[in-house]
Amino acid sequence: MSALVEIRNLTKHFRIGRGQVVHAVDDVSLDIGRREIVGLVGESGSGKSTLGKTVLGLHDKTGGSVVYDGETLPSKYRPPDFQRHARMMQMIFQDPYSSLNPRMTVGEIVGEGLKLHAKVTAVDVREKVADWLRRVGLEPDHMSRYPHEFSGGQRQRIGIARALILGPEFVVCDEPISALDVSVQAQVVNLLDELKESLGLTMLFIAHDLSMVRYVSDRMAVMYLGSLVELGPANRVFFAPKHPYTELLIGANPEPDPRSERSRESVAIRGEIPSPVNVPDGCRFANRCPKVMDVCRETTPALAPVADADQPDRLVACHLYP
Amino acid sequence: MSALLDVRDLRVEFDTYGGTVQAVRGVSFALEGGKTLAIVGESGCGKSVTVQSIMGLIPRPPGRITGGAATLDGHDILRDQKIDGKDIRGRLVGMIFQDPMTSLNPTMTIGDQIAETLQVHRRYSRRQAFARAIELIEMTRIPEAAKRARQYPFEFSGGMLQRSMIAMSLACEPAILIADEPTTALDVTIQGQILDLMGDLQRDTGMAIVLITHDLGVVARMADDVLVMYAGQVVERGGVDDVFYRSAHPYTLGLKAAMPTNRSDAEQTLTPIDGSPPDLFAPPPGCGYFARCPHAMQACEGNPPQAFALGTGHEARCWLHHADCGQDAGAVYREHSQ
Repeated sequence: MSALVEIRNLTKHFRIGRGQVVHAVDDVSLDIGRREIVGLVGESGSGKSTLGKTVLGLHDKTGGSVVYDGETLPSKYRPPDFQRHARMMQMIFQDPYSSLNPRMTVGEIVGEGLKLHAKVTAVDVREKVADWLRRVGLEPDHMSRYPHEFSGGQRQRIGIARALILGPEFVVCDEPISALDVSVQAQVVNLLDELKESLGLTMLFIAHDLSMVRYVSDRMAVMYLGSLVELGPANRVFFAPKHPYTELLIGANPEPDPRSERSRESVAIRGEIPSPVNVPDGCRFANRCPKVMDVCRETTPALAPVADADQPDRLVACHLYP
Repeated sequence: MSALLDVRDLRVEFDTYGGTVQAVRGVSFALEGGKTLAIVGESGCGKSVTVQSIMGLIPRPPGRITGGAATLDGHDILRDQKIDGKDIRGRLVGMIFQDPMTSLNPTMTIGDQIAETLQVHRRYSRRQAFARAIELIEMTRIPEAAKRARQYPFEFSGGMLQRSMIAMSLACEPAILIADEPTTALDVTIQGQILDLMGDLQRDTGMAIVLITHDLGVVARMADDVLVMYAGQVVERGGVDDVFYRSAHPYTLGLKAAMPTNRSDAEQTLTPIDGSPPDLFAPPPGCGYFARCPHAMQACEGNPPQAFALGTGHEARCWLHHADCGQDAGAVYREHSQ
């Protein structure tokens, strides 16, 4: 399988003055195959959203590169670059309340991309918008309404139509369901799944709901404080985590099953995610890790294949797996 | 048996420009000491309004309690319009909210905010109250409590803020802790820490907890009893095992089917609940879930179902349990709850 998106040693630092640097994304490499869904999980502050935005060029890259379909993307986007790449890559945002302009009608929001990027007549735009509203489960006559008239789930559908109307191949979904109710989450996930099948989309699915990511994704990537700590087939990572952080993260995820919850010992991780400003050497999880060794505090473990015959394509960044 | 908190047929309405919203339409429950009651349901189902009106926290007007009764430790608590430092709720109930960032005063130190409760309700001196605040902060496992007490909310992380909220709510040693979506804004890892903390404090103090949440995982982990709310009504209630393993309302089943289970054996598909909750400006005459229910019958449209008792403390508001119902309710529910 050839990769559609190759992320190579991508780094994004933010300078926050007084010589301090936030290491939001540090040296992340990840290939996303055509028609693959890679789920990206991690705590808030781990850099998941920054990674997604940097890949799309919404942030300038500090280091490393992104290769899309064989073409290396510029490290700093200029307006013509956005113009060109917006047709291939799109983003679905977390908050369906703040990501839609309240002063534009749904028709204007969904059709804006078409007007800017495709040479089409106003009539065609209307037709295509109507078509897309239908595809995401809304009505064409919703076009003249404003975002505030819709529920959270419906707004997320508008956001999906907006992102997909230009026919992108690659979509970054940044927590597309975390602001929604359980019953509506399933609606949106199933819609994304359906569209992925019919349009052949490739997705980077960012979320913190581990069960949902396992359900949606082909592969799961776990991020901690700016770097990837584990990567592998979603089911394998979920049911047989290798990295101590993944293990704790999955252990902390409450299951809707009272019996198994009662029988489970508490596995809450001690402490909180440290500040990404001027991170120390060594493994970034060392100060919270229950299995920490001396070597962890000195050398940074690289993301490397696990030497395990029945588990191909699993990568872990941990000194426990030499 | 007299319950610590007893709520009967509570009805709450709000006047808005668009008309009157019937947010809570007859909710009853009883809470005993040392137990955890979870109230589950989606946004707008009335779960927060229920506890807020009991606590006297809804603004009146536009809010209005139009019916029902509530007693806390034998005292009627719905009658009083005004709430002051002498109110029984201040002494007996502590409350924590979903968003710790906006629930704390940004211009006061954490220690002072906790101490304020003690000065008002316990008539502690400033110094006494602050010393006790530091102890409370320690109790919620915030390191360096003495230093932290002198800091402002912006210097705390989300998890720390929620711990401070818990410290504040526990200041007067309440008999009941009401937690309104306490972990929704937090990461899974921090959520685990906060839930553990609440459980430990409950064991130590014997307080009762009312936990409002939409996360069935959190319910499974914490609850003794569960109320499932939909469109302003309780549609199912029972012990946590009854509600999860012997679910008796189509809405409860729908919620379960919409969530991924973490079983490795089954290749599972998610079944969303189609449609959206009814408009509570004009609630449907019959069952509130009628429009979305896969098992809906003709009778459901016009006749509000009564609560059918199914076992000890387990009941569901669904016509499928009626003796004359054509469909075999047992079969409907068994099929879903293996």
